[in-house]
Amino acid sequence: MALTKDQVRHIARLARIKLIDSEIEDYAAKLSSVLDYVDILNELKVGDIEPTYQVTGIKGVWRSDEVKSYENPAELLGNTELALERGQIKVKKVFD
Amino acid sequence: MDLTKLTIREAHRGLTEGQFSAVELSEACLKRIADSESSLQAFITVTKEEARKRSQDVDKKLKRGEEIGILEGIPYSAKDMFCTRGIQTTAGSRILEGFVPTYNATSIKRIDSAGAIILGKNTQDEFGHGASSENTGFAVPRNPWDTTRVAGGSSGGSAVAVASGGAFFSLGTDTGGSIRLPSSFCGIVGLKPSYGRVSRYGVVAMASSLDTIGCMARSTEDVSYIMKVMAGSDVFDSTTIKQPVPDYPSLLSGDITDLKIGIPKEYFTDEVPKEIIEQIWNSIEVLKKLGATMKEISLPHTKYGVAAYYVICPCEVSANMARYDGIRFGPAKKDAESLLEMYLENRTKFHPEVKRRIMIGTFALSSGYYDAYYLKAQKVRTLIKKDFDKAFNEVDVIVAPTAPCLPFKIGEKANDPLALYLGDVFTIPVSLAGLCSLNMPAGLVSGLPVGFQIIGPQAAEDRVLNVGYRYEKELGRFPMPKMAILDAF
Repeated sequence: MALTKDQVRHIARLARIKLIDSEIEDYAAKLSSVLDYVDILNELKVGDIEPTYQVTGIKGVWRSDEVKSYENPAELLGNTELALERGQIKVKKVFD
Repeated sequence: MDLTKLTIREAHRGLTEGQFSAVELSEACLKRIADSESSLQAFITVTKEEARKRSQDVDKKLKRGEEIGILEGIPYSAKDMFCTRGIQTTAGSRILEGFVPTYNATSIKRIDSAGAIILGKNTQDEFGHGASSENTGFAVPRNPWDTTRVAGGSSGGSAVAVASGGAFFSLGTDTGGSIRLPSSFCGIVGLKPSYGRVSRYGVVAMASSLDTIGCMARSTEDVSYIMKVMAGSDVFDSTTIKQPVPDYPSLLSGDITDLKIGIPKEYFTDEVPKEIIEQIWNSIEVLKKLGATMKEISLPHTKYGVAAYYVICPCEVSANMARYDGIRFGPAKKDAESLLEMYLENRTKFHPEVKRRIMIGTFALSSGYYDAYYLKAQKVRTLIKKDFDKAFNEVDVIVAPTAPCLPFKIGEKANDPLALYLGDVFTIPVSLAGLCSLNMPAGLVSGLPVGFQIIGPQAAEDRVLNVGYRYEKELGRFPMPKMAILDAF
């Protein structure tokens, strides 16, 4: 499937990836060649087949609903480079 | 005695018999790393002080006459995908440069508790995205058999460390072939366990339905010691299987009489250079001589594996890479004007291949395309898994080539992502089916290693290890490369 430059811009935006104009054509070409290749899957009739999302068949692994305190929240929060306030990371607003 | 050439068992005996100390063992490996690093580039971080301290603790135990476990005092390294408390963990990417985890991955915790000594973190394809370790934000590891050639990927640095004597074993990850391929290219033993056999907790996620945690070493027996410690269910990873962990070392009977080996015809095509096929057949003949029987089988959906994988993997990748936004960890653009700008600026640090896979995944999961791509690929995955299930009704293990080519020159495939993807043709189907597979070195072609896979059903690691063990007993350990750079020392 051949992707247009606009489609590539749209996908990049969805993925929060910055591409400059000069890169868009290269990405379009490389992505399109992969999508062309995977079209081979259309040779197979898979309508009635169950998908395999996970090979072990394990379902519903539960734990008891107990509150456990993390041993060292300050250490964990130390991983961010952004400002902290009352044990929370301060970020730019999501909505305008 | 060149301590860096020993296996884990030989080193353990040396330590307990007082032939050398744990500090001497670590120092030997650290010296090997220091002498060869400019040529091999296997490490992003080397933990000299940490290694020294831990080895000293082991020596204190030995001095007190205390018994030590088989892995105690044994130097190892880990692909930089493994969270190691207090030690930088980058996953091979600049987007995590300087990130120091506050906890250990379960696999690291278990290996450390067994007393092994971590020497450092290895170079790799960024976030596991590659088959040559060239897609990296750091240095490209070089094949110790020919340093103009790739070590394979994505666990390239790990394989190089083990092959060159920089470490006795290394932990790696295998999602589509990333332990098996570099093991084949570097001439070492590498195990991809079944999905769910080893906890993925604390290991940077690539594709969550495919990722497996495994190891590389210089003998099957060594792998069995590591697996005994590492494998098993974990409350922190709900996809770990509940089957008890066998005592792998004690199950190496070395007897493969009447073992039924399947030879999949789709893996022995004209596209693979005949010198490689010849090496694999030589190995199969050895196994036949040792009592196994051969049966030709068919895995008819093999040719759809790469396509199914390169839909499923990027889709899952696009979800797993979403967390890298510079907010909770990793370098951040603190003066961004808006949240969007922060995301866009921070995520420029990804390697182009990572960006490509995120975008393929984003596209294939987006509205209007999910059914045509992701859902379809997961249905093809079922067909591929069924091929193996059917085969294992007739045979005990399957033997096949690991790589469809010899280790290629660095840069040769750099501009053709699809060519690199096709290099995974023999490793991917096993990953899609969630099975276990052991790479064994088979021989040399033009001085370069060729490996073969011993593939087993889910949770049959003991079976594939035993086949490899018998093979190794017959032929002896595969040699380590002669490295010109070390002749100067």
